[in-house]
Amino acid sequence: MNGPAQPAQAGKIDQVVAEDLVKRFGNFVAVDHVSFRIASGEIMGFLGPNGAGKSTIIRTLCGLLRPSSGRAIVAGIDVARDPEGVRQHIGYMSQKFSLYRDLTVEENLEFFGGIYSVPRAELRERMRFAIDMAGLAGREQAMVGTLAGGWLQRLALGCAVLHRPPILFLDEPTSGVEPASRRRFWDLIHNLASEGVTVLVSTHYMEEAEYCHRIALINHGRLIATGSPAKLKQTGIGGDLLLLECDALGPMLEALQHAPNVRDCSVFGDALHLLVDNAEKSLAEIPDFLASKGLHPRRISRISPSLEDVFVQLIAADVAAAGKAA
Amino acid sequence: MRFRRLRAIALKELLQIWRDPRSLMIALLMPFTQMFLLGYGVTLDLKHIPVCTFDREASQNSQSLLKHFEASSYFAIARNVRTYPELISAIDRSDCKIAIVVPPDFSERLNDTGTSSVQAILDATDDNTANIAYGYAVAIVSGYSNDVALDALGRQGGELQQIQPVAVQSRVWFNEDLDSRNFIIPGLVAVIMALVGAQLTSLTISREWERGTMELLVSTPVTPSEVMVGKLAPYLALGWIDASFCLIIATLWFGVPFRGTLFTLFATTTLFLTVVLGIGYLLSVLIRSQIGASQVALLLTMLPTTLLSGYVFPIDQMPTIIQDITYLVYSRYYVTIIKAIFLKGAGIAALAVPILFLLVYAAAVMTLAARAFRKRLD
Repeated sequence: MNGPAQPAQAGKIDQVVAEDLVKRFGNFVAVDHVSFRIASGEIMGFLGPNGAGKSTIIRTLCGLLRPSSGRAIVAGIDVARDPEGVRQHIGYMSQKFSLYRDLTVEENLEFFGGIYSVPRAELRERMRFAIDMAGLAGREQAMVGTLAGGWLQRLALGCAVLHRPPILFLDEPTSGVEPASRRRFWDLIHNLASEGVTVLVSTHYMEEAEYCHRIALINHGRLIATGSPAKLKQTGIGGDLLLLECDALGPMLEALQHAPNVRDCSVFGDALHLLVDNAEKSLAEIPDFLASKGLHPRRISRISPSLEDVFVQLIAADVAAAGKAA
Repeated sequence: MRFRRLRAIALKELLQIWRDPRSLMIALLMPFTQMFLLGYGVTLDLKHIPVCTFDREASQNSQSLLKHFEASSYFAIARNVRTYPELISAIDRSDCKIAIVVPPDFSERLNDTGTSSVQAILDATDDNTANIAYGYAVAIVSGYSNDVALDALGRQGGELQQIQPVAVQSRVWFNEDLDSRNFIIPGLVAVIMALVGAQLTSLTISREWERGTMELLVSTPVTPSEVMVGKLAPYLALGWIDASFCLIIATLWFGVPFRGTLFTLFATTTLFLTVVLGIGYLLSVLIRSQIGASQVALLLTMLPTTLLSGYVFPIDQMPTIIQDITYLVYSRYYVTIIKAIFLKGAGIAALAVPILFLLVYAAAVMTLAARAFRKRLD
């Protein structure tokens, strides 16, 4: 099922709109009736496993792929009708690093400045901004191929924002970058958003999703849920979450499959997460049930779900629903 | 088409060529290696053909005839043999291509009847060489024959009057020395242009696909024709540099005459380059792999240009069906043009027809190339 489209924040225009978007490659459905809206200045995060269709949606919104059906509207322009019209309004960072490695930092920036026809009078200043933003001051003449991952990503972002696009599409911009650099990269994204830039960013790092204003969970080309991280954690799993610590996970897991009012039970590290309808009721019920089986957990307590819990739960529910539908 | 974007693409391409030793080598060294290799290697002239002589008479007359062979630069006396078996083994061992046998009664018959003959034995394993050698031998013998006749007349009549039977007064134009190098080297310029042009441009789009830079490029406002023109411009400049190298080597090193104007040469070369650069670019767009595109480019440019353009192998000696095919070979027109510019000093007007053909070709290739590139990933 599609998540409900979020109403736009008051007074702001939706910069990116997907309506019932479908993209097929032969018989394979890469994007399956996806709808969402992103308001101006909002950071929307696409969260999902590799191959879920995140890149395909982004490429379709950039006009690089033609949608099989449905509509994509970016900066008020129908992408399928006028893909060229969209280009000047967007900045794009593809999943694979796609700047020229045999050009220097400065030469890459000059190239994109020329391609986007950045006014000459402003080009120096904007290049300066991009270089400072990427932390590449003093390395202007360095061949891009010699730079480390974090710098590459920030330079790619610098090239993508050189023409001051109101909309940014960032496809897994931080994959393969060390955590400190990732943190810094997200600071940059937040700065841009605070200046009104609309950002659509995909990631498969759960912790990064927390930095987004809103998240869209994507699996098998379907948009399973959208909402702010807080809201998703609150409502996304449709129940309460208990943490159970014990010595022998195997027998415990086995026994809990048959425990009353336990909807799901899964291993998280060296403990178990239990999804229950009502935390208080189960906190009273479960120790007795386990005792009757001769099992004694070290500790059992209520926890607030992480995004990962929500994601695992929603995907499981989605798979179950799809199975029932078929 | 916007000049800013065009310039950005062209500058970027130029930097990339400059930093890629492979491209640079192809672009700048190829004219030298090809010019020298093929300029020296391919020559259709036969000089110093090894000849064996078998003088069975050993008279003043026979020696005088053989002196004519010795004096000619077309022949070099390899051996003087004394028996037939010796002569046969000389031919078998390829010591000589031709053997001249003077019969024992050479002078006797010459004195008695006024005519005599010598025998020429030819190794025709290479029929072309044999034919040419035979032609030269006949020319030398008839030259000698004339001397004898004049001599005899002089002795008989005392008063030597010019006998003038019908004689062909031939004059060779444009390549007065009949030096095949003068004919081959201008054509070689076409081969080099075709090779360098299509090779380099066949890499230009496929490289962007292979390195992943294309994905970003197509997401920008740049248009397909800006990409094409911007990418081809630096290669056109390289082509001009190569053409200049070729011109310098041809005239200063090989001494080939250059009778045309530089304007005609560069104008027509630009036209030809447009065709080959366009073909390379088109292949690069269609094939998307550097190796694949450059292989096909080699096949579509080098091969027809060396074999079917008339650069070495005369078109009018080909089978009719092949002759018809050569009309499709764009290099044919350029080879015609460039030979005429070098040797005849032909101008644009005299070359209107082949230029028109090249124009049509260039327009077709450019149109196809501009349309083939789509800013999409699917």
